[in-house]
Amino acid sequence: MFAVENGLQGDPRLKAISDAIRVVPHFPKTGIMFQDITTLLLDPVAFKHVVDIFVDRYKHMNISLVAGVEARGFIFGPPIALAIGAKFVPLRKPGKLPGRVLSEEYELEYGSDRLEMSVEAVKSDERALIIDDLVATGGTLSASINLLERAGAEVVECACVVGLPKFKGQCKLKGKPLYVLVEPREFDDITLYN
Amino acid sequence: MSGNKEEEDPRINGIKTKIRVVPDFPKKGIMFQDITTVLLDPKAFKDTIDLFVERYRDKNISVVAGIEARGFIFGPPIALAIGAKFVPLRKPKKLPGETIFEEYELEYGNDRLEMHIGAVEAGDRALVVDDLIATGGTLCAAINLLERVGAEVVECACVIELPDLKGRQRLKGKPLCMLVEYR
Repeated sequence: MFAVENGLQGDPRLKAISDAIRVVPHFPKTGIMFQDITTLLLDPVAFKHVVDIFVDRYKHMNISLVAGVEARGFIFGPPIALAIGAKFVPLRKPGKLPGRVLSEEYELEYGSDRLEMSVEAVKSDERALIIDDLVATGGTLSASINLLERAGAEVVECACVVGLPKFKGQCKLKGKPLYVLVEPREFDDITLYN
Repeated sequence: MSGNKEEEDPRINGIKTKIRVVPDFPKKGIMFQDITTVLLDPKAFKDTIDLFVERYRDKNISVVAGIEARGFIFGPPIALAIGAKFVPLRKPKKLPGETIFEEYELEYGNDRLEMHIGAVEAGDRALVVDDLIATGGTLCAAINLLERVGAEVVECACVIELPDLKGRQRLKGKPLCMLVEYR
């Protein structure tokens, strides 16, 4: 579900957020129009809009845990967690987290990768929000949902700044709702040299 | 903060008690300082950010540079609170646009830190953030990147310092602010 479908139609903050994202063509490989959120981070007003919109949505949903996917989920997750009084849990590439971890494999275009979470992260009766910058196939978010559910948490929603148009409407990932702020930007010559 | 023991803010002990030390990670002999347990305590995490924000809000900082990946956890909340831009300093090949890189030494071999061209401008006043300073190699690379584009590095900020590794001396004369020492 996109923000515009859920009460934020016409909200000028969404345009400011979208305008602040830079499209880098053919990264990391030919054919991919990479949605670069680093330019959004250079605009403190637009970055704050992202956090404010998510905080407004989640502050009354009794979220006790915000999980962020390495590495760009580490940028958006903590400010939201801090504002709503939830803990922040990093979901990491293999071998980075010390101590005992749960590990979940997920598919890439060629081969697979793993995501890990500390077993200490989840106590009982946790309501979790999962954050990443962008959702494309949903593979990473699905792995994240699995990790949290295996640890006994209830995943309330997944949230991303950018999402492919297929996630409009009631589209769910593993039965969990998905909330997205903006669609991917188109590439045009003006964007590249901003 | 920063070794000023007589006036230690009461929030600092609360943060220190939340840091988990994991022996022999990632390899034997290393006492790993795990800050993820601080992040599990909303008050301790908030106190960490508040301490840095209180220090930097009136210092006219225009950019907070965070070192991948744990610097991405602490840097953005500080940047947002003080109205500064956030710039991620990343491992090679992660940033999509044109970048500059700075090499730094590891125990065996080298690694690189990259920054987007155009993210930081000449005259920017910069704060560099990471979770921990050990040898200072990564922070030094970060300082170099920022200075090469004409920014002024005002200070480096870390939650934890390992003073025995003398990283403080490798910061090209830049001051270090830390909250917790581990000897």
